[in-house]
Amino acid sequence: MVENHRWLDVLAHLTLILGVVIVAFPVYIAVVASTHEPADFVSGLIPLLPGDNAVATYASVLEGGVSSQMSVPILTMLKNSLIMAVLIAVGKIVISVLSAYAIVYFRFPFRQLAFWMIFVTLMLPVEVRIVPTFQVVADLGMLNSYAGLTIPLIASATATFLFRQVFLTIPDELMEAARIDGAGPMKFFRDILLPLSRTNIAALFVILFIYGWNQYLWPILITTDAGFYTIVAGIKRMADVVDSEPLWNYIMATAVLAMLPPVIVVIAMQRLFVKGLVETEK
Amino acid sequence: MQTKRTIFGNRWLPYLLLAPQLAVTVIFFLWPAGQAVWQSFLREDAFGLKTSFVGLSNYTRLFDNAEYINALKVTLVFSVSTAALALISSLLLALALDRTIRSSRVYTTLLVWPYAVAPAIAGVLWWFIFNPTIGIMPYLLERVGYDWNHALQKGDAMALVIIAAAWKQISYNFLFFVAGLQSIPASMREAAAIDGAGPVKRFWTITLPLLSPTTFFLLVVNVVYTMFDTFAVIDATTGGGPAQATMILVYKVYDDGFIGLNLGSSAAQSVILMGIVIALTIIQFRYVERRVTY
Repeated sequence: MVENHRWLDVLAHLTLILGVVIVAFPVYIAVVASTHEPADFVSGLIPLLPGDNAVATYASVLEGGVSSQMSVPILTMLKNSLIMAVLIAVGKIVISVLSAYAIVYFRFPFRQLAFWMIFVTLMLPVEVRIVPTFQVVADLGMLNSYAGLTIPLIASATATFLFRQVFLTIPDELMEAARIDGAGPMKFFRDILLPLSRTNIAALFVILFIYGWNQYLWPILITTDAGFYTIVAGIKRMADVVDSEPLWNYIMATAVLAMLPPVIVVIAMQRLFVKGLVETEK
Repeated sequence: MQTKRTIFGNRWLPYLLLAPQLAVTVIFFLWPAGQAVWQSFLREDAFGLKTSFVGLSNYTRLFDNAEYINALKVTLVFSVSTAALALISSLLLALALDRTIRSSRVYTTLLVWPYAVAPAIAGVLWWFIFNPTIGIMPYLLERVGYDWNHALQKGDAMALVIIAAAWKQISYNFLFFVAGLQSIPASMREAAAIDGAGPVKRFWTITLPLLSPTTFFLLVVNVVYTMFDTFAVIDATTGGGPAQATMILVYKVYDDGFIGLNLGSSAAQSVILMGIVIALTIIQFRYVERRVTY
């Protein structure tokens, strides 16, 4: 530090503590709410201290024992979310690493065109072309399927650019050496490029897993069959009960379960997460 | 475009490698986008039996439509407020973190995790806190004489979605501000301190100007976030209401297309939004190019 201002250090810590409290506050409230009985939410104020109903709440939410509000056990939704997040992350990485390889290591007619076609996907987020994209998926008979949930989302310009950058920094001598030793393009790709991009792939996986897990609009449109609901999209359907107060403890328990997996990923793999976040923005 | 000095000579392999990415792009991106453009020139009659070509009439109708003008204004207010709230609070936190040395890792961990929370979940959490009958915030606001009800009052609804959207974005901005602050050479601040500039003066004359590339980049990212990714926040909390007070453009495309079934108008709105994203992407990429050559 430049100079020693005691009051500035105190102020800094106070700001940070306040920030941490504000950031954590909604989640604390949700966790507390999930440990109470439905009767505690009828009137007055939401409880601010933990109750003793946690085990019962989470057990009935996971198994789908709450008949009036949930047609599907949360366990099924968690499974669907996991499948969707992993398929999207793996799918994006696979198709992007292949196309980046083609663009960097080969020269062929229409290479520029291919590059621009991939670039354009950046400018077409699903939210702006909702209706026609839904029609295409419906025409292909992909509603209510894992293919419909994932394949339309796996084109990725960001991931392709990231791998392109990584490949451009890999020394040309490596490829020359591989060629002299008689390695073909796929052998070079598998035995040299992929191992060298390992940490980039891991960092990207963390970011894409969160992206896939947190999808909301797309699953809502594509799934009408309760067996394919994802947890993030399913929570809205729970909260929207007609003619009755929502069962807050169950909704909040579901919210906690919905955020737990990606939050654990971020905290446990903080280094990879930050790396992925910074790299995908380059 | 950059390539390697040496390349593999193979005629069909590059096309094979590109095939999956390009297939998904054409089928699920380019074709629907083209459809949106085409449909924006058509209008269906009330029974969906006859479709006629109407030229630009869907567009001109939009700009005569009070609801669409309202959605433009709502989007502007929502975007600017959310971006300002998220940027200022995360800058404060990043500045504070820059002063602490030993405990910075712990604070970072405690501040970054909301990035992982889905916008829809963020919406549900704040919706619960602000619930007019049992929520804690309305309870506290009543103590100071304010009667909160986001189901009825337009301003309350807007405040709710801004808070929920900004809360989720703080961690992202925070990480980039911390990185930006760390790249400012300590010698500059030391020199200014020796010349007698206090902490406040140093912030305005050194830190903030040198942070401007980061701030500008984050501003673009935040605007993109508030315009498109906050669909879930709106849907999980207010659903565009009350009386269209939180009807942002993206939500209106969905509302008109799937609920109102007004396909021509929804398509025209899609095309306008595509124009906005294209403009924002170009700004972002021009800027990134400059950042690389710094």
